[in-house]
Amino acid sequence: MNRRYPPFLIGVLAFAYAFLYVPIVLVIVYSFNDSRLVSVWGGFSLRWYRALLENEQVLRAAWLSLRVAIVSATVATVLGTLAGIALTRMGRYPGRFLFTGMLAAPLVMPEIITGLSLLLLFVTLQDLIGWPSGRGALTITLSHITFCMAFVAVVAQSRLAAMDAALEEAALDLGGTPFRVTLDITLPLIMPAMVSGWLLSFTLSLDDLVITSFVSGPGASTLPMLIYSKVKLGLTPDINALATLIIVMVSICVGVAGWLMYRRPVPQRV
Amino acid sequence: MQNRDMPLPVSGRWWRAGAIAIPYAWLLLFFLAPFLLVFKISVADPVVGQPPFTALFPGGGSGLVHISWDNYRFLFEDNLYPVSYLKSVQIAFVSTLLCLLLGYPLAYAIARARHPWRNVLLMLVILPFWTSFLLRVYAWMGVLSDHGLVNNLLLWLGVIERPLKILYTDLAVYLGILYSYLPFMVLPLYASLERLDPDLHDAAEDLGAGPLTVFRDITLPMSLPGIIAGSLLVFIPAIGEFVIPSLMGGLDSLMIGRTLYEEFFSNRDWPMSAAVATVLLLILVLPIMVFQRYQVRERAGVQ
Repeated sequence: MNRRYPPFLIGVLAFAYAFLYVPIVLVIVYSFNDSRLVSVWGGFSLRWYRALLENEQVLRAAWLSLRVAIVSATVATVLGTLAGIALTRMGRYPGRFLFTGMLAAPLVMPEIITGLSLLLLFVTLQDLIGWPSGRGALTITLSHITFCMAFVAVVAQSRLAAMDAALEEAALDLGGTPFRVTLDITLPLIMPAMVSGWLLSFTLSLDDLVITSFVSGPGASTLPMLIYSKVKLGLTPDINALATLIIVMVSICVGVAGWLMYRRPVPQRV
Repeated sequence: MQNRDMPLPVSGRWWRAGAIAIPYAWLLLFFLAPFLLVFKISVADPVVGQPPFTALFPGGGSGLVHISWDNYRFLFEDNLYPVSYLKSVQIAFVSTLLCLLLGYPLAYAIARARHPWRNVLLMLVILPFWTSFLLRVYAWMGVLSDHGLVNNLLLWLGVIERPLKILYTDLAVYLGILYSYLPFMVLPLYASLERLDPDLHDAAEDLGAGPLTVFRDITLPMSLPGIIAGSLLVFIPAIGEFVIPSLMGGLDSLMIGRTLYEEFFSNRDWPMSAAVATVLLLILVLPIMVFQRYQVRERAGVQ
């Protein structure tokens, strides 16, 4: 092959990446703006970061979001990995088709429907058995686990599907019980997928607004809910600072996840 | 696949049952059951109280069933809902086309790049998707506002004399969806374009085909699965989009997600909201099933 890279495509790349990154860069730049006006540069300042750290409402919302995200990501990773194993290593069983469907649908289901349906579930359950009593951190966490586990299952499943089952079969032939084989062979091999599934769930949970608004109760405001109500009133400079902090944190998470996913190639053949 | 010639030891049977049953039960309870409830409540009447709707079995175990189709009747009589559904489909359709128009050349450019660059370029497309969706919408509000980047640039170039009103119009909603959903379009397109054998391209050129013919007869048909998957990944969630029309759209950007949200939180009419959601779900059943079939086929291909 001696074809040159067409200049037209370089133009496409430049335009597309400018489209993707210029708005984010502007938010970061303006988070250091001393001016109260969002569009006028008034010199470098950290005042919005200081204001953020003194804002108790923001801190409380951030703490709630963080707790929910850590618990949801952890449970979703366990359930999603089990689901991934159940879809790739368990052969056929009744209801498998419905299972696949229930794992794929949350990926595209409009959040507004999922949110409303979960709220109706929680209200009905409370009415019938008294659990969960009221709405708040618990109902938010249960909802986040549900949509996050579908994403974990996709990640785990694609790793498992790309992986040769020969190692596991050999361990079974040598007398390992299926449970031990999963624990000692399968799980270590798909660990990178589990870690990136956890990080993906963590950021999805941290970011969710619509489903959370439905299933949250009075007094339980997550960070996105707070940001939404502020942005709804117009652009405010302290949101820029908050956005910058979140972008930096998420970029670190993504960097770690990407590194873990691509560091070691999947063993294809034994 | 599990070696199935061998009888499973007892612990294996328990492990197998547990690994399937636990996530399965979770999804049945927290994903499938709620949808049935939405339908159930959509045929109830609103009442003032907690919960704010009538019971399906008002007589307890006496077998009396209370079903009311009033919500559905109202849904088609009141102009608000049909207009919202149509507007959602229209906005989702145009946005999907815009995503395809930008996403296809982008995916093609990435797939044609040299190897170490490919992964970097792909990562750069995914990276913004990981940073908060809400904050990306917020970032675009800044760019499109009266004193934002776009207006300042146009003013400076002398194209316009007064700032254009872009934010709080349909155009802003299109751009917001294009921006937020672009990675969903690019990833499946890239996956199908990357598999394309460059020798096919060369062979067609050697046989005298021009670049347009090569594209029309080889590249385009072979990337069709990617086009379908990407379009569905954008179109389906975009129909129910709430945040973008709510923050970037004008008062007339009545997408159904926004109408439903306001019906629920402002009017507190739960049965009506449930009816709106049920109809939305019915509209989406077909595209979701197409998406599902495609997913299953793709996974079979991987295995």
